[in-house]
Amino acid sequence: MTEPWGPHDVGGQQAGPVDLSEHDYAHWEWQIDAMIRLALKKGLISDFAELRDGIERLTPEDYNRCTYYERWAKSLAYTLVSRGVISEAELAAKIEQIRARQEAEGVA
Amino acid sequence: MSDALFRVGQRVRIADRTPPVHHRVPSYVKGRRGIVERICGMHGEPEKFIRGDGEPKQRIYRVRIPQTDLWCDYAGSEADKLEIEIFEHWLEAAE
Repeated sequence: MTEPWGPHDVGGQQAGPVDLSEHDYAHWEWQIDAMIRLALKKGLISDFAELRDGIERLTPEDYNRCTYYERWAKSLAYTLVSRGVISEAELAAKIEQIRARQEAEGVA
Repeated sequence: MSDALFRVGQRVRIADRTPPVHHRVPSYVKGRRGIVERICGMHGEPEKFIRGDGEPKQRIYRVRIPQTDLWCDYAGSEADKLEIEIFEHWLEAAE
């Protein structure tokens, strides 16, 4: 067996028990899903393969720390920045703006 | 559309390579041999969707591999098989 490509390539490794519990999606998870579908429809991203590629480039630490939609969010941000749709500065400013709003609302 | 390079029932080997880009071949089947179970149609090549359009489309084959060939400590039946869809450009004819 060859070296795995990325932290997702875990077929055959010991994984322990599988968590089969169901949960509702959080509002932000619906938003990430909607943004991905819009980005695909508008041609800002070529295919789900491009987002998969972004996920597979996460470090093993980030990959294992993140939930499913956190990985999609990171990949979407990476792809939009590397394609020049948004700039890193714009992304950072937006994150800061949201953080300030949450702090003001006491939800951070 | 080009003709299929492999036919149903033919023995094939899955390439053992790791391009540094998203590809739909898990490492545990790389370099393994199996039998073409069916031809599944055409789809854009995932490696070429990264900043591209996935063209030209590639044929997909369902490849059947004995589980005992994949896992040295496989405890199930010797008749158990894995079936996995593999793009044509990952396959070569095997004896």
